[in-house]
Amino acid sequence: MIDVGLFNYWAVIVLMMVGFYTLIARGNLVKKLIGLNVFQTSVIMMYVTMGKIEGGTAPILVESGEHVVYSNPIPHVLMLTAIVVGVATLALGLSLVVRINEAYGTIEEDAIMDEAL
Amino acid sequence: MSQHLPVLLVAVPLFLAPVAALVGRWKLAWAVAAAGCWWAFAASIMLLRRVMDEGTIHYAMGGWEAPYGIEYRIDLVSAFVALIVAAIGAVVIPYARTSIAKEVSEDRGALFYSAFLLCLSGLLGISVTGDVFNVFVFLEVSSLSAYAMIALGQDRRALTAAFQYLIMGSTGATFIVIGIGLLYVMTGTLNMADLAERLPAVSDNRTIPVAFTFLTVGITLKLALFPLHLWLPNAYTYAPSAVTAFIASTATKVAVYLLLRFFFTVFGAAFAFEQMQLDMVLMPLALVAILGMSLVAIYQENVKRLLAFSSVAQIGYMVLGISFGSVLGVTSGILHLFNHALMKGALFMAMGCVMYSVGSVRIEKMAGLGKVMPWTMAAFVGGGLSLIGVPFTVGFVSKWYLVQAALEQGMWPVAAVVMVGSLMALVYIWKVVEVAYFQAADPDHQIREAPLSMLVPTWVLVLASFYFGIDASTTASIATRAAETLLGVGL
Amino acid sequence: MSVGLLVGFCVLLPVLGAVLVLVLRNYPNAREAATLLVGAATFYHVLGLLHYIREGARPRLDLLEVVPGVQLAFEVEPLGLVFALVASFLWPVTTLYSIGYMRGHHEENQTRFFFFFAIAIAGALGVAFSANLFTLFAFYEFLTFCTFPLVTHHQTEEAKKAGRIYLGILLSTSVGFQLIAIIWTWQLAGTVEFTEGGILAGTASAGVLGAILILFVFGVGKAAVMPFHRWLPAAMVAPTPVSALLHAVAVVKAGVFTVLKVSLYVFGIDLLATLAATDWLAWAAGATIILGSLVAFKQDNLKARLAYSTISQLSYIVLGALLANEWGIIGGGMHIAMHAFGKITLFFAAGAIMVAAHEKKISRMHGLGRTMPITFAAFFVGSLSIIGLPPAGGSWSKWFLGMGTLEAGQYGLLVVLMLSSLLGLYYLLEVPVKAFFFAPPDDAHHGPGIKEAPLPSLIAIVITASATVAFFFWPDLWHELMTLAVSGGAS
Repeated sequence: MIDVGLFNYWAVIVLMMVGFYTLIARGNLVKKLIGLNVFQTSVIMMYVTMGKIEGGTAPILVESGEHVVYSNPIPHVLMLTAIVVGVATLALGLSLVVRINEAYGTIEEDAIMDEAL
Repeated sequence: MSQHLPVLLVAVPLFLAPVAALVGRWKLAWAVAAAGCWWAFAASIMLLRRVMDEGTIHYAMGGWEAPYGIEYRIDLVSAFVALIVAAIGAVVIPYARTSIAKEVSEDRGALFYSAFLLCLSGLLGISVTGDVFNVFVFLEVSSLSAYAMIALGQDRRALTAAFQYLIMGSTGATFIVIGIGLLYVMTGTLNMADLAERLPAVSDNRTIPVAFTFLTVGITLKLALFPLHLWLPNAYTYAPSAVTAFIASTATKVAVYLLLRFFFTVFGAAFAFEQMQLDMVLMPLALVAILGMSLVAIYQENVKRLLAFSSVAQIGYMVLGISFGSVLGVTSGILHLFNHALMKGALFMAMGCVMYSVGSVRIEKMAGLGKVMPWTMAAFVGGGLSLIGVPFTVGFVSKWYLVQAALEQGMWPVAAVVMVGSLMALVYIWKVVEVAYFQAADPDHQIREAPLSMLVPTWVLVLASFYFGIDASTTASIATRAAETLLGVGL
Repeated sequence: MSVGLLVGFCVLLPVLGAVLVLVLRNYPNAREAATLLVGAATFYHVLGLLHYIREGARPRLDLLEVVPGVQLAFEVEPLGLVFALVASFLWPVTTLYSIGYMRGHHEENQTRFFFFFAIAIAGALGVAFSANLFTLFAFYEFLTFCTFPLVTHHQTEEAKKAGRIYLGILLSTSVGFQLIAIIWTWQLAGTVEFTEGGILAGTASAGVLGAILILFVFGVGKAAVMPFHRWLPAAMVAPTPVSALLHAVAVVKAGVFTVLKVSLYVFGIDLLATLAATDWLAWAAGATIILGSLVAFKQDNLKARLAYSTISQLSYIVLGALLANEWGIIGGGMHIAMHAFGKITLFFAAGAIMVAAHEKKISRMHGLGRTMPITFAAFFVGSLSIIGLPPAGGSWSKWFLGMGTLEAGQYGLLVVLMLSSLLGLYYLLEVPVKAFFFAPPDDAHHGPGIKEAPLPSLIAIVITASATVAFFFWPDLWHELMTLAVSGGAS
């Protein structure tokens, strides 16, 4: 049987590499930001997977006090922060792209380089 | 109140930031920002004194005890770095009032001061927190506000510089989160002290070296260690002058602090240097940074850019000290952290004065400035002497310790590289001095000395860089004690 | 005033003089009068220290601890007093000379000139009175930087190039070699205090100590041991009073003084005599003596000839230190004084010729002796002293140096000394002889328009020339002090 947990980690690695590659290789500034976002999202997935326990439930204190298996909530909570950070980064990045487009008339890295010279 | 000082140090600037944005008028916003900066300065002095008297301060956020809650843990290193950040903030803010009014349009003034406060609180937060995820959050708070401030530069290249910094900085931060996540999955804790306790038991697992590597790459990207420094020259060159002065003397310093924190407190020197052989990586990179980046600096025609490359070289000095892994080496790294903040702050502020009066910091525009702007250029020479490492300046004290650390290990070629580096600093500083003092000013161009509101803060840093060069026993003993704390010896 | 404070006061007085110069910048007469008065007061107070030294006291002033274990401190000992007496006596004399020269030559920026002049004397006195290697190094570098504006006084392209060579060589040797040697000493001995009999004996192998000695001798670029001598001729672009005081007295003597001091108080004569490196370095000094004389021989520019003569004579003193016996040290120390008085007379005369007749080339000075008899007579006396002939003071120091070579069994070096004196006989005496006895060149304008230099300059020339003769008959002061220095205690 394929271990579901490991499958998630593979997905994380693939997403991470796709994002990182796009970030480095693409000349279009918006595509770069998309790459960055995919890269960051892969990390969110990694954290969420870490906290998941097979068969675990939501970590809610049960009245009867019986022993239940629950997923670790902390990584999830951490990722709420990370999502906020990611959104802020994306927003700032996109607004910079808008300003760059106003100033240079292009959002292609090569063209900007030529302009700047 | 005094028991809540650790959190108030960070929280006051953080909460003043939206206030600055909301008041709208830039003069009012400046007043709010100034209040925040000076509060942080006063608070950090009090904290440092308390740490020196009573030892490490533990503060449980919201009353939740560590390791469940977030802990603020202030030892000598944290308090010292917080003081550096707050002191530079307190000096730069009065300078910014005049400089920013000239370089940034009025309607953005309030937002700028808001970002400034956010950046300050982020940097302070990194230095006092004892929780690794909290480090990431504060890192992003400071970085995002820094990107925004850099983008406010007059030149349109400031925009691309900020974008480049954003891409590289976010990548670095993401690397750090990956590292933190891997540590968490192995140990189940985010508290630094707790991590330090639990890590040795699992350090044979392959995940830990992977986490270590992610963290090292992420942090060295943030501190602009060669060859991960590519974002730095453009960002420093095109940012508004006050921003360059502030970021150059604080942001990379705080990243160096993070390096120290992770290597020595979290992983422990034994793991970092014996198992991972970190010195084999850091030392060559630091040496290349010192020589290579100083050489690049010599060929720059824009003085801010010249100083930016010099910063990369100087970061090499700090990392070199750390890479010895000895008390003396780490002491020299911490000392240089402080000393370099003073001198580079002074130099960038002097360049801000030139920018204010001349409108350019290209070297050929500085002809004859020695006569026309005597105080500004004298400040530049003062800061430059420190960069070269002349006795009676802070630069000399750093070098004294760094060379000693190298000779202690019997590595005299390394000591020679340090000396060659400072001679290269002589070349690039003197290049500017010769133009300013040996060429006649353009008589058609009316240039006046920068206003006092900019000169005074600049000279405060210049004089401080002389004062702490003549009487270095305070800073040196703090740095030594901090290094001993980090390495866990002599306690 | 306590003795320690008196020492500090001596170093501080020239700084006060510099401040007075700035305050009185708009009143040239008052400005120069102030320099003269402060100069006289400085000499008076330095002379006051003689009494304590004779009693065997070592007046000391601890200023502060720069880094833990390293003090900024002054301590007067006989050797330092020799240097201090020479420098502080010749300062007011040179000021007197400068008044005539700078006005007669219509030099610009005279306030800056007198300001840095006074500051440089403070630096020289700081070197003379330093209690440890750190203080010495600090003032040594201080002297380099505050003489830079003097060397480049004319701010021309030529001055800029000369300034580059000046700073480049002096700083790269001091930072590259001397500082490493100092930190190495600190590492080995655990102290940098000057101590009777040395601090390095028995701390490391002869090879390591030899390496440190080499770093010291070549690291003191101001001693101009070849191949690090190029700065001295380059610095001759400066106005003649600068060349006179700084490059015959303060700067170069600070260099050889450092070599003597290191030999006596860091290595100690006994240790020095056992090192193989001492012999090699003695021959390097010997080579400099001969080569310097040979190059001087070929110069037609009078100041350049004097510069190379200085290079050669400085190595006499370095050689004296490296002979590693009492004769050599006594001879070397006395030569500091004798050469200073002799060489300053020569420079004064060269400057007087420049002001009065506007001639720089020796070949064009033929016949000038008849119009400027006093100047050329003084030149003659100064030459005798440099060569080492009676009735001039130089004969005594040469005598002791010669005895030193015999004592050390270095007959080859004795030949070197003799040969160099023979060369000196020609290249120095050629000038007055031809001026007095040769006919002027056809196109020369040695007509009635030319007379002696301005009166203040003339008085200064006569003072130094008479002192040179006087030291032949009464060399006791210098001899007594140097004997105290080598015997290391009360007489």
